[in-house]
Amino acid sequence: MNFNLEIITNAMPLLLAGAGITIEVSALSVGFGLAIGCIISLIRMTSIKPLRWFGNVYVDFIRGTPLLVQIFLVYFALPALIGHRVDAFFAAISACSINSGAYVAEIFRGGIQSIDKGQMEAGRSLGMTWWQTMRFIILPQAFKRIIPPLGNEFIAMLKDSSLVSVIGFEELTRRGQLIIARTYASFEIWLAVALIYLLMTFAVARLVSRLERRYDTSR
Amino acid sequence: MKKLIVLVMTIMMAAGLAAGCGGTKSPEKKEAAPAKVLRVGTEPTFAPFEFQKKDSKDFDGFDMDLIRAVGQKMNMKVEIQNMGFDALIPALNAGNIDVAVAGISITEDRKKAVDFTDAYYESGLIVVVNKNDTSIKGVNDLKDKKIAVQIGTTGAEKAAKVPGAKVTTFNTNAEVFLELKNKGVDAVIIDKPVAAYYLVQGGKDSAKMVGEVMEAESYGMAFKKGNKLAAEANKALAELKKDGTYAKLYKQWFGEEPKAK
Repeated sequence: MNFNLEIITNAMPLLLAGAGITIEVSALSVGFGLAIGCIISLIRMTSIKPLRWFGNVYVDFIRGTPLLVQIFLVYFALPALIGHRVDAFFAAISACSINSGAYVAEIFRGGIQSIDKGQMEAGRSLGMTWWQTMRFIILPQAFKRIIPPLGNEFIAMLKDSSLVSVIGFEELTRRGQLIIARTYASFEIWLAVALIYLLMTFAVARLVSRLERRYDTSR
Repeated sequence: MKKLIVLVMTIMMAAGLAAGCGGTKSPEKKEAAPAKVLRVGTEPTFAPFEFQKKDSKDFDGFDMDLIRAVGQKMNMKVEIQNMGFDALIPALNAGNIDVAVAGISITEDRKKAVDFTDAYYESGLIVVVNKNDTSIKGVNDLKDKKIAVQIGTTGAEKAAKVPGAKVTTFNTNAEVFLELKNKGVDAVIIDKPVAAYYLVQGGKDSAKMVGEVMEAESYGMAFKKGNKLAAEANKALAELKKDGTYAKLYKQWFGEEPKAK
């Protein structure tokens, strides 16, 4: 079969621009997701029952529905509810952040729970409040433990961001689809798109290991 | 344990050999095999040509009835698959489907990639805007505006040529019309019969067609380049036109006689 390299070289600028959008969407989503997830995981640990209930429902719903469905809900269903349009960029980032937030909440919970109970007891016995112990003793230790799963979440979001293509957002996957719709060069373009995703995730994975090594206290 | 593994491997290899031998020995089986299947690919958000029936997962529409009639004439069993519009031609080339019937306009570019049957419908593109939009009267007013189209369609090509326009491509026409309704775009460029059907089905409460019909184009059924079934399908189409079945279907779906060719 003939492999048309020229189509790939012509398509590269468009594809790379799409890759830029993918990175932008993923970075913003994981950034907001980190904030949301941190808050949600702390909410789930409070003694105020309604707050805890809200946190649990949030995580269960978001983890229990596909991101694709969430994107459709935010972009097509929400406008019908609130009566006016939701901007595509806003919809994409919101859906992905909310999604990321749920998984980050679970990552934080895992990290915090893995810290020895004795740390909290020690902090409280020194006269610190629960929140002070969290902030100065527990969370800094937990941070080191959650770097690998957080990096994982970023890599997963880089790939899941391809789903925002269904609301017309022109990130990497959508750019590939549009070029194929014009040229019918399925094999060449999809291969190029896969390679670009691979490069991005590989770069992120390397960054995450550098970060891990920097915080590694066992060396 | 080792003996058990050797025994299992021997049995698996023996079974594999037996299956292999069996396969080459029965060419006569083909005549007794079930009727050949015509695998059809379509994108069912294009009423009245192809759409999903309200209460079942079967596909309805002029294209669907036509290909079923063609399949009957060709003595083949018709199986219809649902996929994205831009996935149809790649599916043909990959051999996943035999024919694509989805209101596909015959264009020079597409003729380079696939073989088309003779035309079976004359169509054209039209601009659709929101009902209370008075600023857009036709495609010339679309300069610098936002347009929604379906990916891979001639409507998308037309929109790409509008100077300064911001084009958003969606996978299905349902989303295209929804985007217009939500005022995410100023206009939609789509095939006229589909726009007309949408308006009749209730779309006229929020949308309207403007301007003239553009880019007269004919729909054809697409086959993989070199597929001999294309010639057979053409023969079937000609027979359907001759014996009046084509005219009957046309009248049923569009309420008028097909234009004489």
